[in-house]
Amino acid sequence: MTDFFQDQPLRIAGREFTSRLLVGTGKYRDFDETGEAIAASGAEVVTFAVRRTNLGQEAGEPNLLDVVPPERYTLLPNTAGCYTAKDAVRTCRLARELLDGHSLVKLEVLGDETTLYPNVVETLAAAETLIADGFDVMVYTSDDPIVARELERLGCCAIMPLGSLIGSGHGIQNPHNVRLIIEQAGVPVLVDAGIGTASDAALAMELGCDGVLMNSAIAHARQPVLMAGAMKKAVEAGREAFLAGRMPRRQSADPSSPFAGRING
Amino acid sequence: MQIQLNGEAHTLAPELTPAPTITQLLESLGLAGRRIAVEVNEEIVPRSEHAATRLAEGDRVEVVHAIGGG
Repeated sequence: MTDFFQDQPLRIAGREFTSRLLVGTGKYRDFDETGEAIAASGAEVVTFAVRRTNLGQEAGEPNLLDVVPPERYTLLPNTAGCYTAKDAVRTCRLARELLDGHSLVKLEVLGDETTLYPNVVETLAAAETLIADGFDVMVYTSDDPIVARELERLGCCAIMPLGSLIGSGHGIQNPHNVRLIIEQAGVPVLVDAGIGTASDAALAMELGCDGVLMNSAIAHARQPVLMAGAMKKAVEAGREAFLAGRMPRRQSADPSSPFAGRING
Repeated sequence: MQIQLNGEAHTLAPELTPAPTITQLLESLGLAGRRIAVEVNEEIVPRSEHAATRLAEGDRVEVVHAIGGG
């Protein structure tokens, strides 16, 4: 049946993607593992960070962009580690230069070093500046539907509420809020942060998310490449379950086999 | 001549003074041809302008690249 099933592509800022799993590139053992895990995940959109170049590094030292070449993946530079709108905007402009004019970015402005919870005030300010400067902004935010609505109103091309704290693996702590955000949104909604295992990713998709973005759940699994494959299947399964529509929940049992014709006597 | 390079004081080699271009700076750092982006005094300097942009005493230069992150 699924052989004949053709889902709509995920559309973000005029780009179309078949895979609804977006992945990060941090925390892997080495670039080989990064490349293998990303290939196994089937992801087409891959996020990375921008940092000062180590001066004095060897000329032949491998570069992340050799493992995830821009010709093959849609690269999504992020502003991870930024605590102010100013730093986030600066980072996005550097990323645009790094990728020869590429406009798609993941905006995240943090507010606390322990929780890495987003600072939505700075996030809103950065989004406004970036959008005016021509960026397509996928925005990491809290699971507050009012903030999500405001970010969409400013022109963000995807809203990405946290499932739970970055790197925590606690899954989706408030599925009801994620649902509220999905129901009101006119742009794609992706859960970003908090996914711990495959069932969390499936739940995000069953709620009606357009996609899921994760890093630690794959990179910190005992076997990252195997987990990357599991996440690919979980996102696909969750998506198909959402589209298929789950059965209603019942108070009492409802036998699957007919009563008629039983051999009881 | 001294500049601030990636947040630290950096003395340029004598042969680069008095007014080296960004291309010359990157060559001296072994970064020519690498995938990097350059900012001088918080303004992006596009790759196409590296050869024509000259540095001055005290300029704050940032050279960044892509690294793993989520």
